[in-house]
Amino acid sequence: MSKPRLATAWLDGCSGCHMSLLDMDERLIEIAQQVEVVCGPYVDIKEFPENVDIALVEGAVSSEEDLHRIKKIRERSKLLICMGDCALTANVPSMRNAWEPDEVLARAYIENATMQQQIPRTSVPRLLNRARPVHEIVRVDIFIPGCPPSADVLYFALTELLAGRVPDLSSRTRFGA
Amino acid sequence: MTPEELSKIATIEQEEQQQHKHVIQVCVAAGCLSSHSDQVKDALDKEVSKRGLENTCHVKGVGCLGLCAAGPLVRVQPTAKPDAAVMYQAVTANDAADIVSSLEGPPVKRLVCPTNVPFFTRQKKIVLENSGIIDPDRIEEYIAVNGYAGLLQVVSTMRPSEVIDEVMRSGLRGRGGAGFSTGLKWSTVAKGRGSTKYVICNADEGDPGAFMDRSVLESDPHRVLEGMAIAAYAVGASQGYIYVRAEYPLAVKRLKAAIRQAERAGLLGNNIFGITFNFSIDIRLGAGAFVCGEETALIASIEGKRGTPRPRPPYPAESGLWGCPTLINNVETFANVPPIIRNGSAWFAGIGTEKSKGTKVFALAGRVTNTGLIEVPMGIPLREIVYDIGGGIPDGKKLKAVQTGGPSGGCIPEQHLDMPVDYESLAKVGSIMGSGGMIIMDDTSCMVDVAKFFMEFCRSESCGKCVPCRVGTAQMHDLLCRITDGSGTADDLTLLIELCDVLRATSLCGLGQTAPNPVLTTLQFFKHEYDAHIQKKTCPAGSCTIHAPAEVI
Amino acid sequence: MSPQPVPQVRVVTLKIDGRDVGATEDETILEVARQNGIFIPTLCYLDGLPSIGACRICLCEIKGANKLLPACVTRVQEGMEVTTDSERLTRYRKTIVEMLFAERNHVCAVCVSNGHCELQSMAQKLGITHVHMPYRYPKLTVDATHARFVQDDNRCVLCTRCVRVCDEVEGAHTWDIMGRGIDARVITDLNQAWGDSSSCTGCGKCVHVCPTGALTEKGRSTAEMVKKQQFLQYLMQMREAKQ
Repeated sequence: MSKPRLATAWLDGCSGCHMSLLDMDERLIEIAQQVEVVCGPYVDIKEFPENVDIALVEGAVSSEEDLHRIKKIRERSKLLICMGDCALTANVPSMRNAWEPDEVLARAYIENATMQQQIPRTSVPRLLNRARPVHEIVRVDIFIPGCPPSADVLYFALTELLAGRVPDLSSRTRFGA
Repeated sequence: MTPEELSKIATIEQEEQQQHKHVIQVCVAAGCLSSHSDQVKDALDKEVSKRGLENTCHVKGVGCLGLCAAGPLVRVQPTAKPDAAVMYQAVTANDAADIVSSLEGPPVKRLVCPTNVPFFTRQKKIVLENSGIIDPDRIEEYIAVNGYAGLLQVVSTMRPSEVIDEVMRSGLRGRGGAGFSTGLKWSTVAKGRGSTKYVICNADEGDPGAFMDRSVLESDPHRVLEGMAIAAYAVGASQGYIYVRAEYPLAVKRLKAAIRQAERAGLLGNNIFGITFNFSIDIRLGAGAFVCGEETALIASIEGKRGTPRPRPPYPAESGLWGCPTLINNVETFANVPPIIRNGSAWFAGIGTEKSKGTKVFALAGRVTNTGLIEVPMGIPLREIVYDIGGGIPDGKKLKAVQTGGPSGGCIPEQHLDMPVDYESLAKVGSIMGSGGMIIMDDTSCMVDVAKFFMEFCRSESCGKCVPCRVGTAQMHDLLCRITDGSGTADDLTLLIELCDVLRATSLCGLGQTAPNPVLTTLQFFKHEYDAHIQKKTCPAGSCTIHAPAEVI
Repeated sequence: MSPQPVPQVRVVTLKIDGRDVGATEDETILEVARQNGIFIPTLCYLDGLPSIGACRICLCEIKGANKLLPACVTRVQEGMEVTTDSERLTRYRKTIVEMLFAERNHVCAVCVSNGHCELQSMAQKLGITHVHMPYRYPKLTVDATHARFVQDDNRCVLCTRCVRVCDEVEGAHTWDIMGRGIDARVITDLNQAWGDSSSCTGCGKCVHVCPTGALTEKGRSTAEMVKKQQFLQYLMQMREAKQ
């Protein structure tokens, strides 16, 4: 039997959740032996692959590209797992949501910029009106709260999943943990 | 005031009224007043004095005559033949001369408002018996039609417990909405601990489209005072408050005048009718918060605090105003009390249905020919109200639903139109009697939009104290906005239904607990309209502006 | 001198979650449950403050009652049968806590109260992993005009503990509520800046009873604001003892 295909994805987040994954240290080897890592910031693949068994998603849905990607990830994955508060709650990326994107961009790239005051418009994806948690866009199977979820929590969640169980994380992590 | 004095006032007043050959009654309640009935009355007054008829013709302002849609209304009544009275509609000041000229001849044809039609003949007036007949600003006129006779009867011949028994036997239920047994409420307050007790009249009428209480206060204020005094005697209270919304300036003015007159006449104050019964009434003005119609919020407001409800129990009957046992009844409930005492509980219990006794006043509004104020016996079929009394739907449109109970009520569809109007039947279809607002809707009304309207009302009237009502009404309103503008999804509908359950089960007071009712009843009877907005992005009634399907964000 | 008669308070027995417990009739369901080690989640409730039954998280099922009743204000009665935990109650509690998260801008990760917040720990206890209703993202202000404290409306849950402790315990009544419904806000004095308040004594009681990061001490960074609530019970006990 082939190993489960694991993919990770990085939307609008700080990459802290992926750092936490790396923090599993030697346990990474143990996980790696049980899965085939097919996509993620650590893997040089541009297009999210087909037939993914487990997709770990970090980050909120903030731009048109995030929106496009999360829909593709959902289509191509059996289990979609939200990793960390940005994916769960939109977290820090959502702090711009009380304002319009243009106001936010103007504040960042013009009002607070000392040189080259201009809003980047080419070769960057357009911001959505609001940064949104993943489950508001597509169906999510499992949520792992935390900012970031600790390596222990991620390890526990992954080993439980690989053992065919739904991880009970309520006593291990929370929003902001 | 002694019993003899009371009957003397009545006799003098009746004799005086007999001296006039004609009486011209001009409605000066808020409805007709808004179409300048005060100018009509002035013009009639002038016309009468110009012709030197002051001694034979009496022009007086009276309360609501009911058919507000046809206002200003004027009624000319020959004293000798009251049944030959003629009603005029849409009267202007320019018509005064013609009306006065017609006193001795045939009526002014172009103004006549037929009164042999179902709108008038199918009503049964108890609460409104004096409305449109007596001058609300004169206590003598109220006394002349048996006013304060109930109070006299109670304090001179009955023990408090007998009064409560009488009210209990009448089967009277609270007219404010929930329909709790009035007698039971009185007896609980009577049994309450402590010597200080209060009687409060809830006149914070706030349902959109409802104006029953306003009309009673404007047309017959003494009836409410008498009802309160009888209640005070029964429960052992010596202080009463009328909590009336400041948006009813005319009602407040008439109440103030009525209280002053009753005090001067010794019908309020100390040693009423010469016994050791003291009762005073003060007015407290509400500052425009719908939630202050909820009894605990109303009490907080009277106490000078922020008008927010508190959890019950303890109920006000046990611990109310300043911690004392407090009786709170609505205007219409108190207005029913004097006739119950005068005519006996058996008379009252003979009207209506098995569990809903007496009559109910409704403010008929919306897409119906005869908008106005009506009083009907409990149990009357809804169809009769809409098609006979209401005169049906104008412009050849088709009836879609009848909304009762305001933001706490529901929309009753055509197929239930033959149901009797009573507390139980209305509850069975998911609505409530409520305080008496009745809005008729035709096929141009979108039922999702109606639900949105009431949810917007609840959202802006929620006090914000408890979480489910504060956040839930806002969430539900947003969801309904999305559905009506075409961006709603099936998930939105699922969440909407879930929130209905949460608000109903967990909100602190009636406002939040009943806020889902308009959504629930429209979902029950008009689910296809929700589906049309969500799936087909169309509004079947054509009243919602559907935007082009937007991107998901 | 003859001994003062003890005021009569009747003793009652009732069932909480199927357990027989004894109580006096002036006690609430919440008090009796806690004495017996039965946990009922609460948010607006705080021992030492008058209870208001506003957050609706402590709602319990009472046999024979047609409504759910808040444990913090409902007095026990002889023969009462209380259920403090059920699938239905958990569902409602979760939705209510989610409503609070959706209502304002609670970003735990960057909050000074991260790790010491009652809303956050309540979400964890109830097993909330995400909020299944739209976030509202209101535009709210932060008042940092006071010399020692900060008020952040983004993190307020309107439990009114600050209002109650200031009014009932400190006696200053600096805090109150303005507006209604979803627009309700806690304010100082007549909606003046906290730093300009003439009634505030600067005692800090409001800060320490606040369950979230809405009221905090200045100079604290993320996760550094630890609230000390023990003062309240101590203060109330000492006051009662003096009386």
